[in-house]
Amino acid sequence: MEGSPDQPPTDPEPDQAGEPAASAAGSGSGGVTLEGVTKQFGDFTAVHDMDLDIADGEFFTMLGPSGCGKTTTLRMIAGFEQPTTGKVLIDGSDVAGLPAYKRPTNTVFQSYALFPHMTLEENVGFGLKRQKVPKAEIKERVGRELERVGLSREAKRKPNQLSGGQQQRVALARALVNLPKVLLLDEPLGALDLKLRKGLQVQLKQIQRDVGITFVYVTHDQEEALTMSDRIAVMNEGKIEQCADPETVYDRPSSTFVAGFIGVSNLMPAVVRGPGEIEIADGPAVPTEDAKQFTTGEKCFAVVRPEKLTVSLPGNAPGDQPGVDGIVESSLYLGTSTQMAIKVADDVNMTVLVPNASEDARQHLPGGGAKVRLNWLPEHMHLVAESDPEEATSGPTPTDQITEGVN
Amino acid sequence: MSLRQRMTPYWLLAPGLLWLVIFFVIPMYYMGELSLKTGTVQTGYELTWAFSNYSDAVSQYSEQFIRSFWYAGVATVFCLLIGYPLAYAIAFKAGRWKNLMLFAVVAPFFTTYLIRTIAWKTILDDSSPVVSVLKFLGMAPDGHVLATSGAVIAGLTYNFLPFMVLPLFTALERLDERLLEAGKDLYASTAQTFFRITLPLTMPGIIAGILLTFIPAAGDYVNATFLGGTGQAMIGNVIQSKYLVVTDYSEAAALSFTLMAIILVALLVYIKFAGTEALMGEEEEAT
Repeated sequence: MEGSPDQPPTDPEPDQAGEPAASAAGSGSGGVTLEGVTKQFGDFTAVHDMDLDIADGEFFTMLGPSGCGKTTTLRMIAGFEQPTTGKVLIDGSDVAGLPAYKRPTNTVFQSYALFPHMTLEENVGFGLKRQKVPKAEIKERVGRELERVGLSREAKRKPNQLSGGQQQRVALARALVNLPKVLLLDEPLGALDLKLRKGLQVQLKQIQRDVGITFVYVTHDQEEALTMSDRIAVMNEGKIEQCADPETVYDRPSSTFVAGFIGVSNLMPAVVRGPGEIEIADGPAVPTEDAKQFTTGEKCFAVVRPEKLTVSLPGNAPGDQPGVDGIVESSLYLGTSTQMAIKVADDVNMTVLVPNASEDARQHLPGGGAKVRLNWLPEHMHLVAESDPEEATSGPTPTDQITEGVN
Repeated sequence: MSLRQRMTPYWLLAPGLLWLVIFFVIPMYYMGELSLKTGTVQTGYELTWAFSNYSDAVSQYSEQFIRSFWYAGVATVFCLLIGYPLAYAIAFKAGRWKNLMLFAVVAPFFTTYLIRTIAWKTILDDSSPVVSVLKFLGMAPDGHVLATSGAVIAGLTYNFLPFMVLPLFTALERLDERLLEAGKDLYASTAQTFFRITLPLTMPGIIAGILLTFIPAAGDYVNATFLGGTGQAMIGNVIQSKYLVVTDYSEAAALSFTLMAIILVALLVYIKFAGTEALMGEEEEAT
């Protein structure tokens, strides 16, 4: 293998001879349905009455903070846990009571869980062997799968002779070689460094497109979820807060929790003034179609993503756009952009990302303490209902988690 | 690195080394020399390079040698068969009872080995309830259990079981449970997961347990003394009587060295065999 051993091959060679088998599995791949699934461990309810419909061939991500029930849900699909109540269907058939080894699913574990006493070849061939696949076919499929993840030359090595990224790819090959109807991935990139993770994200998505198998992916990394998924279920305390495609989850979060967990929590408290108008932070009235979901007088939050806000000195502000006044608290150089914290009201801070298009423009950004006006296009504002205010801040939303370049 | 720092490992080693030299190396040398001497306690011993002591040891007591390894082997197998499920249960199923169960395994050590073996004499006495039950089940054809091979093997199994359970427990507890899940995820049934993953990965514990059980059991004479009869004498009994009853020190030393040599050779063969992939669950061979 050329280059660094950790770099995944950029081209997974979709036109290999093995393609018929892979596409055959793709057509036979199945969706996953959860009906009213609840899982309790003693007094603790890990998953609460969950309904979920994952389509055939979809890249579906369960995203949430630790303890939100996403891994438990995955383990119930895999068969490592049985639901307390409710039904799990894979490819339309109820798998209640079926142990993991009888389910058409395979798992990529967070810790990889490679068998340390076997070579890579034996690891990858393990599942096929148990299914009594003929030896010649095992050899061929294992060889092809190791080639896909770029580890053909390491076939005779033991897992402890590989780097973390290589082990991760073996774990993926070991699961994929079985052509499962559903591939379950439990934070598979969690233990890897950022650069490697980004490379593998691209590769994973590519592989998923090639084989057409349903991927159910668990992560707490919102960027990973936005990058790879067809759909994302944002979970909190055993429930799904929102289930939608990445653009919708990002641009039109359904709750303050989702708004806070995905990206930077840019929430402005507002009161609905009428069917088409809200008033932000005791300030200006802003017309919006979104207000129609609320009753007059109801409290809500207005969400505008950081990269969709513009900052200008009060005199130069575009008068035809909605906006609020604020004071620059801090300004942080991030390379491709400058991140500004702007205090709009007591306890209301907004984050703004200003692209560093030219050095001259960057030098002229208002400094700390300056009075500025924030503006946005009406279609970039979205209203969410006021939920428990603590929930809105419980997600990992420090300002360094900004999702640059997403969307 | 200063001289002081470089000397640190030697200072740390010194007490152990001193102990080994005084209580192992010097006696071993003395015993080795003694095994090649001729003479009696009364007339004194003379170094005559009497290798005949060794040939006598093997030719006269081959029966006891064979019996010792047979008893020790059977007891080791029983220890493994009883100990593995026990260690497995303690490691994975005991929950909050884990420490209590481990304590129960070690608890017999609070009573001396000798007393416990003598207690077994009472348990296996012809008039004991245990023997009555065995008689009823037809498992004691001659009407008694004491002074049979079974009694000696049972005693060895009982006395050396903790030495099997503890290394097995350590090996099992270190086992990553995710690996077992991965096995089941990859279509291996519970039995296949056990034989393909659990067993090979706990092989170091099994090897340690077998060594810790077999070696002392092969040289044991306490169980054969109290629970066996004249027909159950092990090589340990022969050595003990040569030293303390007949006072034929040279022959006793030669017997001891022969026992040690046989165990050492068996050990090397075993480790070489057990250390290879063949025993560690080679995937290619297993189907």
